[in-house]
Amino acid sequence: MFYRETGQFKTNYADDMAVFPILQDRIGIALILVLAFVVIPLAGSNFLLSSVMIPFLVFSLASIGLNILTGYTGLISLGTGAFMGVGAYACYKLTTLFPEVNIVVWIVASGFFSALVGVLFGLPSLRIKGFYLAVATLAAQFFLQWCFTRIPWLYNYNASGAIEVGQRTLFGINVTGAKASLEARYMVLLTIVTVLTWVASNIMHGRIGRSFMAVRDMDIAAELMGIDLLKTKLLAFAVSSFYAGVAGAAMMFLWYGGGEANDAFNINQSFLILFMVIIGGLGSMIGSFFGAAFISMLPTVLKFGLPALGIPLAGATAEHLTYILVGALIIFFLIVEPHGLARLWQIGKQKLRMWPFPY
Amino acid sequence: MSKRLKVSGLAAGVLASSLMMAAPQAVAQESIYVPLFTYRTGPFAGSGIPIADGMHDYLQMLNERDGGIGGVKIAIDECETGYDTKKGLECYDAVKPKKPVMVNPWSTGISLSLIPKASVDKIPVLSMAYGLSASARGDVFPWVFNPPATYWDGLAMIIRYLGTESGGLDKLKGKKIGYIYFDGGFGKEPIPLFEQMAKDMGFELKLYPVPPGEMQNQSSQWLSVRRDRPDFMVMYGWGAMNPTAVKEAVKINYPMDKFVSIWWPGENDVNGTEGAKGFKMLNWHGIGTDYPALKDIQKLVVDKGLSKSPKEKVGELLYNRGVYNAILIAEGIAQAQKITGKKVVDGSDVRRGLENINLDEARFKAIGLPAFAGNLQLTCQDHNGHRAAFIQQWDGAKWVKITDFIQPMPEKVKPALDEAAKEYSEKNAGWPKRSEACDKS
Repeated sequence: MFYRETGQFKTNYADDMAVFPILQDRIGIALILVLAFVVIPLAGSNFLLSSVMIPFLVFSLASIGLNILTGYTGLISLGTGAFMGVGAYACYKLTTLFPEVNIVVWIVASGFFSALVGVLFGLPSLRIKGFYLAVATLAAQFFLQWCFTRIPWLYNYNASGAIEVGQRTLFGINVTGAKASLEARYMVLLTIVTVLTWVASNIMHGRIGRSFMAVRDMDIAAELMGIDLLKTKLLAFAVSSFYAGVAGAAMMFLWYGGGEANDAFNINQSFLILFMVIIGGLGSMIGSFFGAAFISMLPTVLKFGLPALGIPLAGATAEHLTYILVGALIIFFLIVEPHGLARLWQIGKQKLRMWPFPY
Repeated sequence: MSKRLKVSGLAAGVLASSLMMAAPQAVAQESIYVPLFTYRTGPFAGSGIPIADGMHDYLQMLNERDGGIGGVKIAIDECETGYDTKKGLECYDAVKPKKPVMVNPWSTGISLSLIPKASVDKIPVLSMAYGLSASARGDVFPWVFNPPATYWDGLAMIIRYLGTESGGLDKLKGKKIGYIYFDGGFGKEPIPLFEQMAKDMGFELKLYPVPPGEMQNQSSQWLSVRRDRPDFMVMYGWGAMNPTAVKEAVKINYPMDKFVSIWWPGENDVNGTEGAKGFKMLNWHGIGTDYPALKDIQKLVVDKGLSKSPKEKVGELLYNRGVYNAILIAEGIAQAQKITGKKVVDGSDVRRGLENINLDEARFKAIGLPAFAGNLQLTCQDHNGHRAAFIQQWDGAKWVKITDFIQPMPEKVKPALDEAAKEYSEKNAGWPKRSEACDKS
């Protein structure tokens, strides 16, 4: 009844190619942006910002990155955690070498270093596919993590091997370091995520995205159609690692605020992001957000939300219960809809179109 | 592809409302809120559980016996971190609105992330014998406390002990010392000092790092140990790393009495390993329940079913380590009450209280723990104390104290400490100068 495109005519090609062809979707997006940019920073508690929204945004960015590679191009990667790490360490080196340059510039620029490393480890993808490629990227994970621990230059010879995040400002407001307000960190991160999501969506809707999908669906056919496989696959690795790198830099600088970094980018992190992409929906932008929300928010909500609602759950019990519930939900969703939450969302929308008079 | 954010936004909205309701979930007015960051899950639970129980039970005992500290109940709140920095930060954000008087991160990784926040949020960080060694400098880190000794002091004591074992520190020349360590902030920190000592004293240092993910699989490290045949092995391990190292050492027939660890293994790590007899470690406090305060814990907390600890585990090494940590918490609060005259103290008061901790023999006796540990006095300059520790040895069934208190080497540790503190404040551009006044003690 409310969600119907009747009467919305497309009169030119631009309308036809719009990412959001339906008016209601555009209103929805606008509402979400208002909610994220205005309502949450003004009305949300500190805990909501720091432990729910910021992790969610960081993981969303990382999932978009992996989704570009795995979901859109069909190349499995188990090195996302390490590529995030490259971003974090690159950002740390850049900001200590050139402290006068704005930190936000470095957070985004560190993605390029990650992209470079991603391309390097993406080279085998031309020859090997599927599980074998997964193993090759696993090597990237181990090698890079080894570098993070064993090359002291990367962490400026700190005795603990920790990244130390100093004070950096943007327009005179602290955005990193202990003095930075949560709102400032959140707004910077949200802006980065919004802009990069918009960019990713446009890439995926354009020529490049289509060539990615062609490679995913059948690479020989794609090659016969004139798509350069090497270039396309490496580009997918580059774009994907870029997003992972920015996510890693944002994680260290806007979320953790420094600390032991190498362990934050371990293999578990890679798996976590792969789960986000699979549960959220392969080859779907919105799926990346769903997956990140599911995997990163749910444990926090269960751990702190249930006691807040008056269900007494203490320490370890909550932790065990979280594991059980999250695990059960993952299996549940994979059985109900193997194509992920994004597909569920699509089905829901389809139903909504006909509601209340399905035929 | 459309409405991509709607559901997540909605979820966030629902969450926001529930969390906003959660925030004022009041801790009763007349209580002192002490959150305990503990880990009863994950690969470090073996070490984490007895410590969590020890901390909790001592504070609970104070509540039961004395009605809290200075007549004010302690609101004890455990938050599970799983030794994971991410979850630790989450816990910190969750407890912050409840105005904690201090936090005990129980993880070097979490401590490192909390140190910059401490002065901004006015919540002292008590990282007992772990965390950043440089935070011993009270003038640079007014909000961070790491008594009674730093990891560097620990290393100095171990080296001094190895010296006496070989018949004098100068006899270490030409010896080979292996260092097997947890390859994170905690194990890495002593390396610069270790290397310096190797150069000064002329021994050869061999490094065997154990990555966090490989704690339960140390065969390659111990294979190298077997090849290198070091004269002594020094270990900085935690959680699942300790029992694995002991097992592997036994497996390669490494002489256990040449194997010395920092203060973190517990009974569980050696118990049940055939051949672990002879294993040595540093320690600074008593074991067992032969203290009035521990008897009170048994009577008022454990027997009443208020503890999660099994009865027979009360008084074990790491349990008593937790008790020691809780003593520091209680002393910090008690001192703060004494200085300010207030009953309900806040983080800033307790920071002053911690700076004025003075645990001498009489005080230990007064709190029901006579001769439990060496004296500890903190000042506004010295947040550590650099206290001596002793070596104890596993005799197959229990720990036996085999040395007197061994003094650390301030002449070696102090310069390294000052250097590290200076470097920290320089690298963290905008590190605040100490503005908190010192109390006259």
